[in-house]
Amino acid sequence: MSKLVGRILSSRWTKVALFAACLIPFLLLLWPFYKLLTTGNAPELTANPVEYITHDTGNWTIRFLLITLCVTPLRKIFHQPKLVRYRRMLGLFAFFYVCLHFMTWFILDKSFSVSDMWADVLKRRFITVGMLGFAMLLPLAITSTAGWVRRLGFAQWQRLHRLIYFAALAGVIHYYWLVKSDVRLPLMYGAMLAVLMLYRFFIWKQVPATPAPRSAATTPRTASLPD
Amino acid sequence: MLIRKPADLRYSDITPKQFYVNRRRFLASSLAFGAFAGAARAGMKFTDVKKTSYNVGDEKITPLEAITHYNNFYEFGTDKSDPAENAKNFRTSPWTLKVEGEVAKPQTFDLDGLFKIAPLEERIYRHRCVEAWSIVVPWTGFPLAALLKQAEPTAKAKYVAFESYYDPKQMPEARGTGINFPYVEGLRLDEAMHPLALLAVGLYGETLPNQDGAPIRLVVPWKYGFKSAKSLVKIRLVEKQPPTTWNILAPNEYGFYSNVNPKVDHPRWSQAKERRLGELFKRDTLMFNGYSEVASLYTGMDLRKNY
Repeated sequence: MSKLVGRILSSRWTKVALFAACLIPFLLLLWPFYKLLTTGNAPELTANPVEYITHDTGNWTIRFLLITLCVTPLRKIFHQPKLVRYRRMLGLFAFFYVCLHFMTWFILDKSFSVSDMWADVLKRRFITVGMLGFAMLLPLAITSTAGWVRRLGFAQWQRLHRLIYFAALAGVIHYYWLVKSDVRLPLMYGAMLAVLMLYRFFIWKQVPATPAPRSAATTPRTASLPD
Repeated sequence: MLIRKPADLRYSDITPKQFYVNRRRFLASSLAFGAFAGAARAGMKFTDVKKTSYNVGDEKITPLEAITHYNNFYEFGTDKSDPAENAKNFRTSPWTLKVEGEVAKPQTFDLDGLFKIAPLEERIYRHRCVEAWSIVVPWTGFPLAALLKQAEPTAKAKYVAFESYYDPKQMPEARGTGINFPYVEGLRLDEAMHPLALLAVGLYGETLPNQDGAPIRLVVPWKYGFKSAKSLVKIRLVEKQPPTTWNILAPNEYGFYSNVNPKVDHPRWSQAKERRLGELFKRDTLMFNGYSEVASLYTGMDLRKNY
């Protein structure tokens, strides 16, 4: 069973399929948006399309960040080292959706005004923290290539990429501070993030307590390497 | 008051055809029932509605679809699309509205009584939500002042407190929204007596859809939308400023007055601009939502403090 899963995970086609799946939320926005621009009518986007697109892309950013953060725990729990092949792609999709989220806000809400944008960033804490999260994802997207792992060295690269924890936290706080009174969904995202972080915390606590297996001591931990 | 014959009002130019065709079909079935019960139901056409000069010039009336499927009515859920779905079976008949407190003549109205208080008028108002979106609505209703005058406020009456209907059985979505229902709102008496303050019983020439606050709601066009409490069951004249729902929830964000004011931001977002539903880019928000005639109500007041 585990071997079969491993084979599936190694397949190039699985990756292609996942890539296509990750694009679905985007296509579900793109097609109605095209209709809206050409015919002026797109009920899929509600009566307030800009708000809908902003919320939807924001939601998918947080979801993709959480999915990305699931990769390592799943890999360890189910002993599926191949899962790591998907981590970069999932993380980059989080970045893709945050870019759409930002562009929607900057273009349709701020009407391309950089000064208006900065005024908001400085004045409104939910935007401050949201921009902070966006800014943290930027270096991660840039250094997501194998070339950058080599250039930085794996340890340093890994340290840098722990920024995703804070980016996800920023995303959750950004959402929590935005809503008027119904905080159920942001709290749910917060709880999911907490579980994923607690898992990492316990693993981290465990590592020094258990002596390294004799044979593995000198073997590089290939499982941690990015694709 | 409610007659079978369709009114000569024409919304077909602004309403997509499938909606008014559907409504007509619905109308036919509901009227048969309504005539027997002598009660109003959502989607019944008014006749004898007086056209008024309350309009918005060349600004476009918002399509009915948007007005009825983009609602903040937290008793029926917090998503904008929730009320249209969850208020479908909301019972608005029989209905009573009590007027009480500091009045010489406390009274209880049923729907027929409410329709007889004053001639029904159509008024086209801008409606600006505190969340920085807006719509233009053709309301049917009568001045709040007409009802208040009937109850004869005493000298002690300084404020008017409004209470919306709440029934956890019919509104299971209300739990978990973070709000303590019933929804309460309030106005100063002189605000409530202002000719612009309206009690709406319909929109688009028909009785109110449930999700828009059937069967009777307040409309205060120069204030943020949340001041215009929906599905009213009680109007109480009081001496002291009454508590209001959003103010209880977040006093630093939602004041008692909550006049539309582009210069006073919500602590978390700007109020300088708004998105008219149906438009891609934002437009400038007008002081008092464009109803400058109310400015005299607030002379000498610091509107930054009394937000």
